[in-house]
Amino acid sequence: MSPPAIELIAISKRFGPVQANKDVSLSIAAGSIHGIVGENGAGKSTLMSILYGFYEADSGEIRVAGRPLRIRRPADAITAGIGMVHQHFMLVEPLSVVENVVLGAEGGKLLKGGIARARAELARLSRDYGLAIDPDAIVGDLSVGFQQRVEILKALYRGAEILILDEPTAVLTPSEADQLFALLRSLKAQGKTVILITHKLREIMDVTDTVSVMRRGAMVAHVETARTSPPELAEAMVGRRVLLRVEKTPHPRGAPVLEAAGLSFRDERGCEKLSDVSLTLHAGEIVGIAGVAGNGQSELLEVLAGLLQPSRGLIRLDGEILDAGDRTPANLRELGLMHIPEDRHRMGLVTAFPAAENSILGYHDDPTFGPGPFLSPARIAAHALAGMTAYDVRPADPSLKAAKFSGGNQQKIVLAREIERAPKVLLVGQPTRGVDIGAIEFIHRRLIALRDAGVAILLVSVELEEVMALSDRILAMCGGRITGERAAEATDERDLGLLMAGVNQEAA
Amino acid sequence: MSATPIDLPRWADAGLVPLVSVTAALLVAGLVVLGIGESPLEATALLLKGALGSVEGLGFTLYYTTNFIFTGLAVAVAFHAGLFNIGGEGQATIAGIFLALACLWLAPLPGILLVPLAILAGAAGGALYGFIPGWLQATRGSHVVITTIMFNFLAATLSVYLLVNVMGKPGSMQAETPEFAGHAVLTPMHQLLAPLGIKLPATPLNTAFLLALAALVAIWALIYRSRLGYAIRTVGANPRAAAYAGISPARMTIVAMALSGALAGGLAVNEAMGVQHRLLIDFTAGYGFVGIAVGLMGRGHPIGVALSAFLFGVLYQGGAELSFDKPTITRDMVVVIGGVVILFAGALDGLFRKLVANTLQLGRAA
Repeated sequence: MSPPAIELIAISKRFGPVQANKDVSLSIAAGSIHGIVGENGAGKSTLMSILYGFYEADSGEIRVAGRPLRIRRPADAITAGIGMVHQHFMLVEPLSVVENVVLGAEGGKLLKGGIARARAELARLSRDYGLAIDPDAIVGDLSVGFQQRVEILKALYRGAEILILDEPTAVLTPSEADQLFALLRSLKAQGKTVILITHKLREIMDVTDTVSVMRRGAMVAHVETARTSPPELAEAMVGRRVLLRVEKTPHPRGAPVLEAAGLSFRDERGCEKLSDVSLTLHAGEIVGIAGVAGNGQSELLEVLAGLLQPSRGLIRLDGEILDAGDRTPANLRELGLMHIPEDRHRMGLVTAFPAAENSILGYHDDPTFGPGPFLSPARIAAHALAGMTAYDVRPADPSLKAAKFSGGNQQKIVLAREIERAPKVLLVGQPTRGVDIGAIEFIHRRLIALRDAGVAILLVSVELEEVMALSDRILAMCGGRITGERAAEATDERDLGLLMAGVNQEAA
Repeated sequence: MSATPIDLPRWADAGLVPLVSVTAALLVAGLVVLGIGESPLEATALLLKGALGSVEGLGFTLYYTTNFIFTGLAVAVAFHAGLFNIGGEGQATIAGIFLALACLWLAPLPGILLVPLAILAGAAGGALYGFIPGWLQATRGSHVVITTIMFNFLAATLSVYLLVNVMGKPGSMQAETPEFAGHAVLTPMHQLLAPLGIKLPATPLNTAFLLALAALVAIWALIYRSRLGYAIRTVGANPRAAAYAGISPARMTIVAMALSGALAGGLAVNEAMGVQHRLLIDFTAGYGFVGIAVGLMGRGHPIGVALSAFLFGVLYQGGAELSFDKPTITRDMVVVIGGVVILFAGALDGLFRKLVANTLQLGRAA
């Protein structure tokens, strides 16, 4: 029997006080697809970064195909036949596919020879793996799914025998994800080894042969995929039983609260990001927006939150038409429209500020926080502490910088701030992105409780499962348009997947 | 992956890092002194004695410190809004013109009205000259670093024109205004304290120093304790989060630049109203530029600004004494030493932060 493709033996890595990996051992058979699951911050990315040479382990050993190897930089990993496809693509968009593939492996001072060789090699790789791709296409013009193929081709061109994919489906539609899995299977059939890092248990079940679970820097389970189940994996990840389904009782919806009619938005380059979007939010309902990232959901949220001005269309709140002058973020907050932004690092928080100061972001003019033009640190800290306690933020330390909290706790700081203000309308973007399973459960329950209390909620998420689990009604978006509406109980992933790709079967 | 910003405990960030960089700067400066054949130890002793060794020396040191507090605070305030105000020189120049006009035109007023009005006029002039680049950046996207540098030249040229052709003393070859009236100037410290029985030698130190101390406290309260300061810091730390929070980054850019310009105007108050008692050409003498180093070294915090302003005050006064005592160490050498300090404290700061962080980490691991 051939030695395992990769063996990690007792790998440990510490960043200051944080033990990111402790005594991690892992063995992956050649020619298999191996999944690594774990919550955010469980140490998956650190482990793969050690394997790819971004960091060096403090102790432990790496063996590739049975031979001990010291990997000090990515170049060492590439030489050893390890390739990595990052979650955020490392592509040069204005260059063509073939130019991207040879980048860093041009093989000489002049491009000509390298390009010709790459072209021949690309043709062979495309044939072997059924990767149809035009070598002269400009990468920036390709869809996200194709860009990912370019990343995979890059790794293969460099002779990768072992391919690491970090959350590869985060940006794909369900059908693109299926194509990716087909590709992974054909790589496996050709004898390549694939390591798949993900937090989506369904993908693990679909495509992997074996799976490892990480929790708090340690490996807690190695199992054959065929002998496990999603609840078992989830329990191993969190260390306790979790409810994957959200408990939700039907709730009668109330009067319309937020109405948008014919909203269009053009960005500064004149590109139409929203076309003629109309929707109505009723009190006590959750309307979910399903769509692949970048199809206008972000713009819709920001237009409704007053951060972008629509080029056309009407917005009514409680039946009153809002003029452009009324639609400032400060005024909308005053009117009871709160917004949990999609990107908490870039918008929802000032990560350089302590949690206390983040707890008044958007409300710093509130007179309860201090006399006249001044702010009282004691009052702000008390306010922050109350919110952190109510939302179980750990550690409940208002003086700690927001950057120091985990993703889930950061999100809870934002939720506490916005929900505590008793919103009438809540716009929620990616509420559980980068949030661990335990916190996801908590956030979902809060959102349902708000709905039951009569709040109108608009939920935007790239996690189709989340949209389906929480929403009462689902709108699908594609290319800046709403391509269909479904009642949550009357649809499934396949149906929504088609809508998200712009195909409405009901209408057709 | 991406380099994470180095996080240090507050005491290390505010105290240890500047201390390490200043020490390194002094060592390098010592090597330069050694290179021209003088003893670095002797030079250091002379420098410290000149700056701190006598009441008179200390008076001069604090007079220089006053200038650096104002220009350093100006840089610090803009820095909190994420802006690099390189225009302290120009803003102080325009402040000087406004202030001189007030002192000359409003001379019939009694001193109790005239002095505050003249100070306000100076602050308004500086604020206006900071407002314009701020407004240009907010509305047109013209970067303040570029515009404030260019505005320095515009202010210098304007002041030459005004002092030579319009405001100059009649019949004088000097580019300067007539002397301000006796009740339009700030009281020197030695005169202020004489009635209390405290006898001090005559130095340029005047009540502008007290104004600078008040400015330190006021700016601390503004930045860290007020709603406006919160808005300014939010814009500086994360403009998108500011927009989300309903804070207009454009407005805060303009406000911070105007405030910064007004603070730079303090330089004109100290120099024109406190020391020269007239407006001289080029009275800013590079204090505005050194203020950039003061503001950066002080980490934008008023306490840090006060400490680094004092350090530069010591270097200026001690350096002047040093070049007087040691003819081989010329005024230019002193400028080199100051430059080395700026280089190490400002530009190479990241280097020392990393060093300090690694050392602390080792200490913890051991």
